[in-house]
Amino acid sequence: MLGRTWAATILCHGAPQETRPEVMASKPKLYYFCGRGRMESIRWLLAAAGVEFEEEFLETREQYEKLQEDGRLLFGQVPLVEIDGMTLTQTRAILSYLAAKYNLYGKDLKERVRIDMYVDGTLDLMLTIALAAFSAPEDREKAQASIVQKAKTRYFPAFEKILKDHGEDYLIGNKFSWADIQLLEAILMVEELDAPVLSDFPLLKAFKTRISNIPTIKKFLQPGSPRKPPPDRHYVETVRRVLQF
Amino acid sequence: MAGKPVLHYFNLRARVESIRWLLAAAGVEFEEKFIETPEDFEKLRNDGLLMFQQVPMVEMDGMNLVQSRAILNYIATKYNLYGKDVKERLLIDMYTEGMADLYEMFIQLTVTPPDQIDAKIALIKDRTKNRYLPAFEKVLKSHGQDYLVGNKLSKADILLTELLYTVEEFDASLLASFPLLQALKTRISNLPNVKKFLQPGGQRKPPTTAKMMEEARKLVKP
Repeated sequence: MLGRTWAATILCHGAPQETRPEVMASKPKLYYFCGRGRMESIRWLLAAAGVEFEEEFLETREQYEKLQEDGRLLFGQVPLVEIDGMTLTQTRAILSYLAAKYNLYGKDLKERVRIDMYVDGTLDLMLTIALAAFSAPEDREKAQASIVQKAKTRYFPAFEKILKDHGEDYLIGNKFSWADIQLLEAILMVEELDAPVLSDFPLLKAFKTRISNIPTIKKFLQPGSPRKPPPDRHYVETVRRVLQF
Repeated sequence: MAGKPVLHYFNLRARVESIRWLLAAAGVEFEEKFIETPEDFEKLRNDGLLMFQQVPMVEMDGMNLVQSRAILNYIATKYNLYGKDVKERLLIDMYTEGMADLYEMFIQLTVTPPDQIDAKIALIKDRTKNRYLPAFEKVLKSHGQDYLVGNKLSKADILLTELLYTVEEFDASLLASFPLLQALKTRISNLPNVKKFLQPGGQRKPPTTAKMMEEARKLVKP
Protein backbone atom coordinates (compact mmCIF):
# COMPACT_ATOMS: atom_id res chain seq x y z
CA MET A 1 0.00 0.00 0.00
CA LEU A 2 2.76 2.39 1.04
CA GLY A 3 4.73 1.62 -2.08
CA ARG A 4 1.73 2.40 -4.25
CA THR A 5 1.15 5.74 -2.54
CA TRP A 6 4.82 6.57 -2.99
CA ALA A 7 4.56 5.79 -6.65
CA ALA A 8 1.51 8.02 -6.89
CA THR A 9 3.41 10.91 -5.37
CA ILE A 10 6.09 10.54 -7.98
CA LEU A 11 3.42 10.36 -10.70
CA CYS A 12 1.57 13.49 -9.64
CA HIS A 13 4.46 15.81 -8.98
CA GLY A 14 7.46 16.46 -11.14
CA ALA A 15 7.18 13.47 -13.42
CA PRO A 16 9.68 14.01 -16.25
CA GLN A 17 8.04 15.55 -19.30
CA GLU A 18 9.14 16.13 -22.84
CA THR A 19 10.28 19.71 -23.17
CA ARG A 20 10.50 20.09 -26.93
CA PRO A 21 7.44 22.19 -27.84
CA GLU A 22 6.76 20.48 -31.14
CA VAL A 23 6.62 17.11 -29.46
CA MET A 24 4.39 18.43 -26.70
CA ALA A 25 1.96 19.92 -29.17
CA SER A 26 1.23 16.62 -30.84
CA LYS A 27 0.41 14.61 -27.75
CA PRO A 28 -3.08 14.56 -26.26
CA LYS A 29 -3.22 16.41 -22.94
CA LEU A 30 -5.43 15.34 -20.07
CA TYR A 31 -6.67 17.70 -17.36
CA TYR A 32 -7.96 16.04 -14.21
CA PHE A 33 -7.17 15.25 -10.61
CA CYS A 34 -4.25 12.98 -9.93
CA GLY A 35 -6.40 9.93 -9.52
CA ARG A 36 -8.74 7.63 -11.40
CA GLY A 37 -12.23 9.11 -11.24
CA ARG A 38 -13.79 9.61 -14.63
CA MET A 39 -10.49 10.01 -16.46
CA GLU A 40 -9.05 6.56 -15.85
CA SER A 41 -10.96 4.85 -18.66
CA ILE A 42 -9.56 7.48 -21.04
CA ARG A 43 -6.03 6.77 -19.79
CA TRP A 44 -6.59 3.04 -20.35
CA LEU A 45 -7.87 3.53 -23.88
CA LEU A 46 -5.03 5.81 -24.93
CA ALA A 47 -2.45 3.53 -23.32
CA ALA A 48 -3.91 0.42 -24.92
CA ALA A 49 -3.81 2.17 -28.29
CA GLY A 50 -0.13 2.91 -27.70
CA VAL A 51 -0.71 6.68 -27.55
CA GLU A 52 1.54 8.74 -25.33
CA PHE A 53 -0.16 11.59 -23.54
CA GLU A 54 0.53 14.40 -21.10
CA GLU A 55 -1.35 15.23 -17.97
CA GLU A 56 -1.99 18.36 -15.98
CA PHE A 57 -3.23 17.59 -12.49
CA LEU A 58 -5.78 19.79 -10.75
CA GLU A 59 -4.75 20.51 -7.20
CA THR A 60 -6.17 23.96 -6.50
CA ARG A 61 -9.47 25.70 -6.91
CA GLU A 62 -7.67 28.41 -8.86
CA GLN A 63 -6.53 25.99 -11.56
CA TYR A 64 -10.10 24.80 -12.01
CA GLU A 65 -11.51 28.34 -12.11
CA LYS A 66 -8.95 29.31 -14.71
CA LEU A 67 -10.06 26.46 -16.97
CA GLN A 68 -13.63 27.67 -16.59
CA GLU A 69 -12.77 31.32 -17.23
CA ASP A 70 -10.79 30.35 -20.32
CA GLY A 71 -14.00 28.79 -21.65
CA ARG A 72 -12.50 25.34 -22.04
CA LEU A 73 -15.09 23.47 -19.99
CA LEU A 74 -18.30 23.20 -21.98
CA PHE A 75 -20.39 22.34 -18.92
CA GLY A 76 -17.94 23.57 -16.31
CA GLN A 77 -16.64 20.06 -15.69
CA VAL A 78 -13.58 17.88 -16.04
CA PRO A 79 -12.36 15.51 -17.51
CA LEU A 80 -10.93 17.78 -20.17
CA VAL A 81 -8.87 16.37 -23.05
CA GLU A 82 -7.07 18.42 -25.66
CA ILE A 83 -6.56 16.37 -28.78
CA ASP A 84 -6.44 17.00 -32.52
CA GLY A 85 -6.79 20.73 -32.01
CA MET A 86 -10.00 20.32 -30.03
CA THR A 87 -11.00 20.94 -26.41
CA LEU A 88 -13.13 17.98 -25.33
CA THR A 89 -15.22 17.25 -22.28
CA GLN A 90 -17.77 14.54 -21.38
CA THR A 91 -16.11 11.22 -20.73
CA ARG A 92 -18.22 9.03 -22.97
CA ALA A 93 -17.98 11.41 -25.92
CA ILE A 94 -14.20 11.41 -25.57
CA LEU A 95 -14.03 7.63 -25.24
CA SER A 96 -16.19 7.05 -28.33
CA TYR A 97 -14.05 9.45 -30.34
CA LEU A 98 -10.84 7.75 -29.27
CA ALA A 99 -12.22 4.26 -29.88
CA ALA A 100 -13.16 5.21 -33.44
CA LYS A 101 -9.88 7.03 -34.04
CA TYR A 102 -7.74 4.09 -32.95
CA ASN A 103 -9.80 1.40 -34.63
CA LEU A 104 -11.16 -0.10 -31.46
CA TYR A 105 -14.85 0.30 -32.28
CA GLY A 106 -15.67 -2.78 -34.33
CA LYS A 107 -16.06 -3.10 -38.07
CA ASP A 108 -19.69 -2.05 -38.56
CA LEU A 109 -22.79 -0.70 -36.84
CA LYS A 110 -23.84 -4.05 -35.39
CA GLU A 111 -20.45 -4.55 -33.75
CA ARG A 112 -20.45 -0.97 -32.58
CA VAL A 113 -23.81 -1.25 -30.81
CA ARG A 114 -22.59 -4.35 -29.03
CA ILE A 115 -19.43 -2.54 -27.94
CA ASP A 116 -21.60 0.36 -26.77
CA MET A 117 -23.77 -2.00 -24.70
CA TYR A 118 -20.79 -3.66 -23.09
CA VAL A 119 -18.85 -0.48 -22.32
CA ASP A 120 -21.91 1.26 -20.98
CA GLY A 121 -22.36 -1.60 -18.54
CA THR A 122 -18.74 -1.67 -17.41
CA LEU A 123 -18.58 2.13 -17.16
CA ASP A 124 -21.67 2.12 -14.94
CA LEU A 125 -20.00 -0.44 -12.69
CA MET A 126 -16.72 1.49 -12.51
CA LEU A 127 -18.49 4.77 -11.78
CA THR A 128 -20.20 3.26 -8.75
CA ILE A 129 -16.74 2.30 -7.49
CA ALA A 130 -15.44 5.83 -8.11
CA LEU A 131 -18.43 7.34 -6.32
CA ALA A 132 -18.16 4.95 -3.35
CA ALA A 133 -14.91 6.67 -2.44
CA PHE A 134 -16.94 9.79 -1.64
CA SER A 135 -19.44 8.12 0.64
CA ALA A 136 -19.20 8.53 4.40
CA PRO A 137 -16.64 6.13 5.92
CA GLU A 138 -19.37 4.26 7.79
CA ASP A 139 -21.25 3.64 4.52
CA ARG A 140 -18.29 2.78 2.37
CA GLU A 141 -17.90 -0.87 3.27
CA LYS A 142 -21.58 -1.50 2.58
CA ALA A 143 -21.35 0.37 -0.73
CA GLN A 144 -18.34 -1.66 -1.79
CA ALA A 145 -19.98 -4.96 -0.79
CA SER A 146 -22.97 -4.01 -2.91
CA ILE A 147 -20.70 -3.27 -5.86
CA VAL A 148 -18.97 -6.64 -5.58
CA GLN A 149 -22.37 -8.30 -5.40
CA LYS A 150 -23.52 -6.53 -8.57
CA ALA A 151 -20.32 -7.50 -10.33
CA LYS A 152 -20.77 -11.14 -9.40
CA THR A 153 -24.47 -11.40 -10.18
CA ARG A 154 -25.09 -8.92 -12.97
CA TYR A 155 -21.98 -7.97 -14.91
CA PHE A 156 -19.47 -10.79 -14.76
CA PRO A 157 -22.01 -13.53 -15.58
CA ALA A 158 -23.05 -11.55 -18.68
CA PHE A 159 -19.48 -11.34 -19.97
CA GLU A 160 -18.62 -14.91 -19.02
CA LYS A 161 -21.61 -16.01 -21.11
CA ILE A 162 -20.52 -13.92 -24.09
CA LEU A 163 -17.08 -15.47 -24.04
CA LYS A 164 -18.57 -18.94 -23.59
CA ASP A 165 -21.05 -18.54 -26.44
CA HIS A 166 -18.48 -17.69 -29.10
CA GLY A 167 -15.36 -19.21 -27.59
CA GLU A 168 -13.20 -16.43 -29.01
CA ASP A 169 -10.38 -14.48 -27.43
CA TYR A 170 -12.06 -11.09 -27.56
CA LEU A 171 -15.55 -9.95 -26.71
CA ILE A 172 -16.56 -8.86 -30.19
CA GLY A 173 -15.78 -9.85 -33.73
CA ASN A 174 -12.72 -11.87 -32.80
CA LYS A 175 -10.78 -8.64 -32.63
CA PHE A 176 -9.38 -6.51 -29.84
CA SER A 177 -11.70 -3.56 -29.08
CA TRP A 178 -12.59 -0.86 -26.56
CA ALA A 179 -14.92 -3.37 -24.89
CA ASP A 180 -12.02 -5.67 -24.00
CA ILE A 181 -9.98 -2.82 -22.53
CA GLN A 182 -12.82 -1.67 -20.34
CA LEU A 183 -13.74 -5.11 -19.15
CA LEU A 184 -10.16 -5.69 -18.01
CA GLU A 185 -10.15 -2.31 -16.28
CA ALA A 186 -13.41 -3.19 -14.49
CA ILE A 187 -12.20 -6.66 -13.49
CA LEU A 188 -9.03 -5.26 -11.91
CA MET A 189 -11.01 -2.60 -10.06
CA VAL A 190 -13.43 -5.10 -8.59
CA GLU A 191 -10.57 -7.43 -7.66
CA GLU A 192 -9.15 -4.59 -5.59
CA LEU A 193 -12.36 -4.75 -3.55
CA ASP A 194 -12.56 -8.55 -3.48
CA ALA A 195 -9.52 -10.47 -4.69
CA PRO A 196 -11.19 -13.85 -5.38
CA VAL A 197 -14.13 -12.32 -7.28
CA LEU A 198 -13.29 -14.19 -10.49
CA SER A 199 -13.24 -17.59 -8.82
CA ASP A 200 -16.51 -18.64 -10.49
CA PHE A 201 -15.62 -17.16 -13.87
CA PRO A 202 -12.91 -19.24 -15.53
CA LEU A 203 -13.25 -17.63 -18.94
CA LEU A 204 -12.94 -14.14 -17.45
CA LYS A 205 -9.84 -15.32 -15.60
CA ALA A 206 -8.28 -16.45 -18.86
CA PHE A 207 -9.47 -13.24 -20.55
CA LYS A 208 -7.83 -11.16 -17.82
CA THR A 209 -4.48 -12.88 -18.33
CA ARG A 210 -4.70 -12.68 -22.09
CA ILE A 211 -5.58 -9.00 -22.31
CA SER A 212 -3.08 -8.06 -19.58
CA ASN A 213 -0.35 -9.55 -21.73
CA ILE A 214 -1.02 -7.36 -24.74
CA PRO A 215 2.23 -5.33 -24.92
CA THR A 216 0.71 -1.84 -24.60
CA ILE A 217 -1.47 -2.97 -21.72
CA LYS A 218 1.34 -4.86 -20.05
CA LYS A 219 3.35 -1.65 -20.11
CA PHE A 220 0.44 0.31 -18.65
CA LEU A 221 0.14 -2.18 -15.80
CA GLN A 222 3.73 -1.70 -14.76
CA PRO A 223 4.80 0.76 -12.03
CA GLY A 224 5.70 4.19 -13.36
CA SER A 225 2.96 4.19 -16.01
CA PRO A 226 0.20 6.83 -16.08
CA ARG A 227 -2.14 4.36 -14.41
CA LYS A 228 -3.49 5.81 -11.20
CA PRO A 229 -3.96 4.09 -7.84
CA PRO A 230 -7.35 3.54 -6.17
CA PRO A 231 -8.85 6.67 -4.58
CA ASP A 232 -7.52 7.42 -1.11
CA ARG A 233 -8.36 10.10 1.43
CA HIS A 234 -5.95 12.59 -0.11
CA TYR A 235 -7.61 12.18 -3.50
CA VAL A 236 -11.12 12.63 -2.10
CA GLU A 237 -10.04 15.73 -0.19
CA THR A 238 -8.43 17.22 -3.28
CA VAL A 239 -11.54 16.70 -5.39
CA ARG A 240 -13.80 18.15 -2.69
CA ARG A 241 -11.52 21.15 -2.30
CA VAL A 242 -11.20 21.89 -6.01
CA LEU A 243 -14.86 21.36 -6.86
CA GLN A 244 -16.09 22.75 -3.54
CA PHE A 245 -18.61 20.14 -2.46
CA MET B 1 -45.53 -6.00 -37.37
CA ALA B 2 -42.41 -8.16 -37.46
CA GLY B 3 -40.30 -5.25 -38.68
CA LYS B 4 -41.17 -2.74 -35.96
CA PRO B 5 -38.89 -2.16 -33.01
CA VAL B 6 -40.43 -3.29 -29.71
CA LEU B 7 -39.67 -1.29 -26.60
CA HIS B 8 -39.83 -3.14 -23.26
CA TYR B 9 -40.17 -0.84 -20.26
CA PHE B 10 -42.60 0.47 -17.70
CA ASN B 11 -45.38 2.76 -18.82
CA LEU B 12 -43.52 5.89 -17.83
CA ARG B 13 -40.89 8.28 -19.15
CA ALA B 14 -37.87 7.92 -16.90
CA ARG B 15 -34.83 6.86 -18.91
CA VAL B 16 -36.70 5.64 -21.94
CA GLU B 17 -38.53 8.71 -23.10
CA SER B 18 -35.48 9.83 -25.08
CA ILE B 19 -35.67 6.61 -27.06
CA ARG B 20 -39.34 7.25 -27.83
CA TRP B 21 -38.54 10.80 -28.95
CA LEU B 22 -35.72 9.68 -31.21
CA LEU B 23 -37.66 6.87 -32.87
CA ALA B 24 -40.65 9.15 -33.34
CA ALA B 25 -38.57 11.98 -34.78
CA ALA B 26 -36.94 9.53 -37.16
CA GLY B 27 -40.41 8.52 -38.33
CA VAL B 28 -40.00 4.97 -37.04
CA GLU B 29 -43.15 3.25 -35.87
CA PHE B 30 -42.55 1.19 -32.79
CA GLU B 31 -44.47 -1.00 -30.40
CA GLU B 32 -44.33 -0.98 -26.66
CA LYS B 33 -44.68 -3.88 -24.25
CA PHE B 34 -45.20 -2.43 -20.81
CA ILE B 35 -43.94 -4.19 -17.71
CA GLU B 36 -46.97 -4.14 -15.47
CA THR B 37 -46.45 -7.09 -13.14
CA PRO B 38 -43.42 -8.71 -11.49
CA GLU B 39 -44.06 -11.71 -13.75
CA ASP B 40 -43.64 -9.55 -16.86
CA PHE B 41 -40.16 -8.60 -15.70
CA GLU B 42 -39.27 -12.11 -14.56
CA LYS B 43 -40.18 -13.50 -17.95
CA LEU B 44 -37.85 -11.10 -19.75
CA ARG B 45 -35.09 -11.99 -17.33
CA ASN B 46 -35.63 -15.74 -17.44
CA ASP B 47 -35.78 -15.73 -21.23
CA GLY B 48 -32.26 -14.30 -21.16
CA LEU B 49 -33.26 -11.17 -23.01
CA LEU B 50 -31.76 -8.64 -20.60
CA MET B 51 -28.00 -8.61 -20.81
CA PHE B 52 -27.52 -6.89 -17.46
CA GLN B 53 -30.88 -7.90 -15.96
CA GLN B 54 -32.18 -4.41 -16.57
CA VAL B 55 -34.66 -2.58 -18.74
CA PRO B 56 -35.08 -0.80 -21.09
CA MET B 57 -34.64 -3.37 -23.79
CA VAL B 58 -35.41 -2.72 -27.44
CA GLU B 59 -35.93 -5.56 -29.88
CA MET B 60 -34.62 -4.23 -33.11
CA ASP B 61 -33.04 -5.65 -36.28
CA GLY B 62 -32.79 -9.11 -34.77
CA MET B 63 -31.06 -7.90 -31.62
CA ASN B 64 -32.10 -7.37 -28.00
CA LEU B 65 -30.52 -4.01 -27.26
CA VAL B 66 -29.99 -2.76 -23.73
CA GLN B 67 -28.34 0.34 -22.23
CA SER B 68 -30.10 3.57 -23.21
CA ARG B 69 -27.03 5.21 -24.69
CA ALA B 70 -26.19 2.24 -26.88
CA ILE B 71 -29.78 2.15 -28.10
CA LEU B 72 -29.90 5.88 -28.81
CA ASN B 73 -26.57 5.77 -30.66
CA TYR B 74 -27.73 2.86 -32.79
CA ILE B 75 -30.98 4.58 -33.75
CA ALA B 76 -29.18 7.84 -34.47
CA THR B 77 -26.66 6.14 -36.76
CA LYS B 78 -29.23 4.03 -38.54
CA TYR B 79 -31.53 6.96 -39.27
CA ASN B 80 -28.85 9.49 -40.14
CA LEU B 81 -29.18 11.64 -37.07
CA TYR B 82 -25.53 11.45 -36.03
CA GLY B 83 -23.74 14.03 -38.15
CA LYS B 84 -21.70 13.46 -41.26
CA ASP B 85 -18.32 12.52 -39.80
CA VAL B 86 -16.39 11.65 -36.67
CA LYS B 87 -15.96 15.26 -35.55
CA GLU B 88 -19.66 16.07 -35.87
CA ARG B 89 -20.45 12.87 -34.04
CA LEU B 90 -18.12 13.96 -31.27
CA LEU B 91 -19.87 17.32 -30.89
CA ILE B 92 -23.26 15.62 -30.89
CA ASP B 93 -22.03 13.23 -28.19
CA MET B 94 -20.60 16.03 -26.04
CA TYR B 95 -23.87 17.94 -26.17
CA THR B 96 -26.10 14.93 -25.54
CA GLU B 97 -23.96 13.74 -22.63
CA GLY B 98 -24.46 17.12 -20.98
CA MET B 99 -28.19 16.87 -21.64
CA ALA B 100 -28.25 13.37 -20.13
CA ASP B 101 -26.57 14.68 -16.97
CA LEU B 102 -29.24 17.35 -16.49
CA TYR B 103 -32.03 14.98 -17.44
CA GLU B 104 -30.76 12.52 -14.84
CA MET B 105 -31.18 15.21 -12.17
CA PHE B 106 -34.87 15.44 -13.05
CA ILE B 107 -35.22 11.68 -12.86
CA GLN B 108 -33.42 11.61 -9.51
CA LEU B 109 -35.93 14.13 -8.17
CA THR B 110 -38.65 11.48 -8.39
CA VAL B 111 -36.69 9.23 -6.02
CA THR B 112 -35.39 11.90 -3.64
CA PRO B 113 -36.45 11.66 0.03
CA PRO B 114 -38.95 14.42 0.96
CA ASP B 115 -36.54 16.20 3.32
CA GLN B 116 -33.97 16.64 0.53
CA ILE B 117 -36.33 17.71 -2.24
CA ASP B 118 -36.06 21.49 -1.74
CA ALA B 119 -32.28 21.38 -1.92
CA LYS B 120 -32.46 19.17 -5.02
CA ILE B 121 -34.90 21.53 -6.73
CA ALA B 122 -32.65 24.52 -6.00
CA LEU B 123 -29.66 22.66 -7.45
CA ILE B 124 -31.56 21.70 -10.60
CA LYS B 125 -32.65 25.29 -11.14
CA ASP B 126 -29.09 26.51 -10.69
CA ARG B 127 -27.60 23.95 -13.04
CA THR B 128 -30.28 24.51 -15.67
CA LYS B 129 -29.98 28.28 -15.67
CA ASN B 130 -26.26 28.66 -15.12
CA ARG B 131 -24.58 25.60 -16.59
CA TYR B 132 -26.54 23.76 -19.22
CA LEU B 133 -28.94 26.11 -21.00
CA PRO B 134 -26.30 28.84 -21.41
CA ALA B 135 -23.97 26.31 -23.01
CA PHE B 136 -26.53 25.28 -25.64
CA GLU B 137 -27.70 28.85 -26.27
CA LYS B 138 -24.07 29.77 -26.88
CA VAL B 139 -23.65 26.98 -29.42
CA LEU B 140 -26.66 28.17 -31.41
CA LYS B 141 -25.51 31.77 -31.17
CA SER B 142 -21.98 30.92 -32.33
CA HIS B 143 -23.09 29.67 -35.76
CA GLY B 144 -26.59 31.12 -36.07
CA GLN B 145 -27.88 27.92 -37.68
CA ASP B 146 -31.15 26.13 -37.14
CA TYR B 147 -29.57 23.00 -35.70
CA LEU B 148 -26.91 22.40 -33.10
CA VAL B 149 -24.42 20.58 -35.32
CA GLY B 150 -23.58 20.71 -39.01
CA ASN B 151 -26.67 22.66 -40.04
CA LYS B 152 -28.64 19.43 -40.05
CA LEU B 153 -31.13 17.73 -37.73
CA SER B 154 -29.43 15.31 -35.36
CA LYS B 155 -29.96 13.38 -32.16
CA ALA B 156 -28.70 16.47 -30.34
CA ASP B 157 -31.59 18.70 -31.49
CA ILE B 158 -34.23 16.11 -30.70
CA LEU B 159 -32.93 15.32 -27.24
CA LEU B 160 -32.44 19.01 -26.47
CA THR B 161 -36.05 19.67 -27.40
CA GLU B 162 -37.15 16.88 -25.08
CA LEU B 163 -35.03 18.38 -22.32
CA LEU B 164 -36.49 21.85 -22.90
CA TYR B 165 -40.02 20.47 -22.54
CA THR B 166 -38.93 18.81 -19.30
CA VAL B 167 -37.47 22.09 -18.03
CA GLU B 168 -40.64 23.93 -19.05
CA GLU B 169 -42.84 21.49 -17.16
CA PHE B 170 -40.60 21.90 -14.13
CA ASP B 171 -40.41 25.72 -14.22
CA ALA B 172 -41.26 27.59 -17.41
CA SER B 173 -39.50 30.77 -16.23
CA LEU B 174 -36.14 28.99 -16.60
CA LEU B 175 -36.43 29.25 -20.38
CA ALA B 176 -37.10 32.97 -20.36
CA SER B 177 -33.57 34.19 -21.03
CA PHE B 178 -32.79 31.73 -23.82
CA PRO B 179 -34.47 32.96 -27.02
CA LEU B 180 -32.50 30.74 -29.40
CA LEU B 181 -33.36 27.63 -27.40
CA GLN B 182 -37.02 28.59 -27.42
CA ALA B 183 -36.87 29.03 -31.18
CA LEU B 184 -35.21 25.62 -31.59
CA LYS B 185 -37.87 24.01 -29.42
CA THR B 186 -40.62 25.48 -31.58
CA ARG B 187 -38.86 24.56 -34.80
CA ILE B 188 -38.27 20.93 -33.83
CA SER B 189 -41.80 20.61 -32.40
CA ASN B 190 -43.17 21.59 -35.78
CA LEU B 191 -41.38 18.84 -37.67
CA PRO B 192 -44.21 16.56 -38.85
CA ASN B 193 -42.99 13.43 -37.02
CA VAL B 194 -42.39 15.29 -33.79
CA LYS B 195 -45.70 17.12 -34.06
CA LYS B 196 -47.48 13.79 -34.35
CA PHE B 197 -45.58 12.41 -31.33
CA LEU B 198 -46.58 15.40 -29.21
CA GLN B 199 -50.26 15.25 -30.02
CA PRO B 200 -52.79 13.54 -27.76
CA GLY B 201 -52.82 9.88 -28.73
CA GLY B 202 -49.10 10.00 -29.57
CA GLN B 203 -46.66 7.74 -27.75
CA ARG B 204 -45.29 10.49 -25.56
CA LYS B 205 -45.76 9.68 -21.89
CA PRO B 206 -47.01 12.03 -19.15
CA PRO B 207 -44.50 13.38 -16.61
CA THR B 208 -43.06 10.77 -14.24
CA THR B 209 -44.08 11.14 -10.61
CA ALA B 210 -42.46 9.75 -7.48
CA LYS B 211 -45.41 7.41 -7.05
CA MET B 212 -44.95 6.03 -10.57
CA MET B 213 -41.29 5.31 -9.86
CA GLU B 214 -42.18 3.59 -6.62
CA GLU B 215 -44.73 1.39 -8.35
CA ALA B 216 -42.21 0.48 -11.04
CA ARG B 217 -39.62 -0.41 -8.42
CA LYS B 218 -41.97 -2.97 -6.92
CA LEU B 219 -42.10 -4.84 -10.21
CA VAL B 220 -38.38 -5.40 -10.36
CA LYS B 221 -36.69 -7.83 -8.02
CA PRO B 222 -33.17 -6.57 -7.25
